[in-house]
Amino acid sequence: MASIRRYIFIDCDAQRVWDFVGAPERLHEWFPIASTRVEGNKRWITLHSGITFEEDIITLDHDLRRFQYKIVNYPLITFHQGTVDVIDDGHGGCMVMYSTDMEPEVLALPIGGAACVGLQKLKDMFERKS
Amino acid sequence: MGRKILFITTDQQRYDALGCNGGTIARTPTIDALSAQGITFDRAHPQNVVCMPSRSTMLTGQHVSTHGVWMNGVPLPAGAPSIAVDLRKVGYSTALIGKAHFEPLLDPFLRFTENRMGTNGVFTELDEMTHDPHRGFDHMELATHGAVGPLHYSRWLRENHPEAVGGFYQVLDHELQVNAAGGGDSGAPQVKFNPINREWYHTDWVANQTIEWLNSLPTDADWFCWMSFPDPHHPWDPPSSEHYRVRWQDLDLPAGYIRDAKVREAILDDKLRHWRGWYDGTFISNYEAPARWVPATLTADQVREVNALTHIENELIDEAIARVLVSVTNRGWGDDLDVLYTTDHGEFQGDFGLLFKGPYHVDSLMRLPLIWRPAPSVGAVPARVATPVGLVSLAATFAHIAGIAQPSYVEAPRLPFDDADARTLGHERVLTEWDSVLFGKIVHLRTICRDNWVCTAALPGTMSSAGEGELYYLAHDPLQHVNRWDDPSVRTLRDDLLTDMWDHLPQGVLPRRSMDAPV
Repeated sequence: MASIRRYIFIDCDAQRVWDFVGAPERLHEWFPIASTRVEGNKRWITLHSGITFEEDIITLDHDLRRFQYKIVNYPLITFHQGTVDVIDDGHGGCMVMYSTDMEPEVLALPIGGAACVGLQKLKDMFERKS
Repeated sequence: MGRKILFITTDQQRYDALGCNGGTIARTPTIDALSAQGITFDRAHPQNVVCMPSRSTMLTGQHVSTHGVWMNGVPLPAGAPSIAVDLRKVGYSTALIGKAHFEPLLDPFLRFTENRMGTNGVFTELDEMTHDPHRGFDHMELATHGAVGPLHYSRWLRENHPEAVGGFYQVLDHELQVNAAGGGDSGAPQVKFNPINREWYHTDWVANQTIEWLNSLPTDADWFCWMSFPDPHHPWDPPSSEHYRVRWQDLDLPAGYIRDAKVREAILDDKLRHWRGWYDGTFISNYEAPARWVPATLTADQVREVNALTHIENELIDEAIARVLVSVTNRGWGDDLDVLYTTDHGEFQGDFGLLFKGPYHVDSLMRLPLIWRPAPSVGAVPARVATPVGLVSLAATFAHIAGIAQPSYVEAPRLPFDDADARTLGHERVLTEWDSVLFGKIVHLRTICRDNWVCTAALPGTMSSAGEGELYYLAHDPLQHVNRWDDPSVRTLRDDLLTDMWDHLPQGVLPRRSMDAPV
């Protein structure tokens, strides 16, 4: 089982960032994927390579500012639970952290790499707007 | 018109693969002729012993700590220095045909340009900021080992010969680990009989596409073409029609294979501890070696079969190069053609009872074929160079051939014409780095080769502590069986080598860039 964690500090109010990140249907606006579709507690994401993953939304906690999902019904991926946290840094900014535990473990690396791209895009978006 | 540059690389090829370097199995008359006409380097080392870092060094002329591609899976930034950019600026047409691998191959998000170009069926992608072609290449037509994935060769094979796709070895298993499944006659890992027609195999495809690109150029063009063969890297699955060339049953075991398991294991125990850990299957620190394969199970017949298939691949490469050289001559470019031939790193091929590669800084992986055949029109004197040199000198050499100033970003002088020239240029030592952090299994090594000694310092890692290392005297111990790191009689020498190494290694890139894929 691979466990990875990526994070970034953003000079922007945590609630403003969470209002965006905590909208599961807007994932493709910051994460490097082609499209997102949400129905109830289900989400489907399609990568630029054409691969589509079905996900169960496990946690969408607006108080904790935590989003968790799990990929399901994809035989190659035996376990993948991802978490996005937006944490107030106490100084008017926030930290956005993406973490996942994953099997097969090697897929955690490209997902972690994509998370870095997504987190940087979030930072660029919110610090430009601020 | 200026000099043309044909830069030929193979992947994972040993120094002794070639007849001109004492190899006795593969027939390599084309490369041997280049050696006889040019400069052959007998102590050429890579700056890292896996693909992406080593290839990034070739392109940038920088050590690994500077370009920052510290392991496979760490992409070379799109804006990194590239000698192809500088050559293009002075009018060279530029191409890279075959294996690039400056960016990860496993790329489900299709983030990387190399994979996008193959997927989209295009041969260049302009940089968003500079509007120049990706890494300075007008034409990139890419391949890797086998027929899966998004690169141009895979696409070509799927579209034109779909029946041949399944003949290749399946490189990854169902859990995306490098496949440990055995094949062939001996059950060796990563071996398969491949019924593909020779003409469709990637070696001939690389040569064909190179010839096609060259034929697209006007006669008065100056050009730089990096022709990059994916072989003889594993998997070992050359066309079965070519197996007649080298019968594994007829091969002697290589000199580096230690038959007696007790002797072999005693030698491994005398090295840094991660060697024995891998041999026993308890410490896997390099993704490219199959995680479920235990080297201690390797048999003598498996070593023979892997060697036979490797040398078949070496022969096919030599013949492919011959075709390209004929094509160049037919265009009237022969007298003005510089040819450089090398590889990115070596391969154990049975040495120490091991296959593949990893954090093991010995000749099996570090001593490389490197030949520079200057353009006949310049009248260079053939020579063999004993002075240690690195692939880090390639970028400056290309600049020299093109008659441009050495770019400020490169970290080593051009390759020398002979040993006297090496001294003049300041070639004295060559440095190699290793850093792996694969799911908590950490190995960091720094190595210097100078004065016939190879000295490796281990930095703190999972199985090593500061102050541990390896020291080999190549003149007396060419197979590196005797680790003299703790030998008091050479302590002063060892410490001098280490001081020299730390003085000449570049500053590390901090923070370390993220590893975005296993390969």
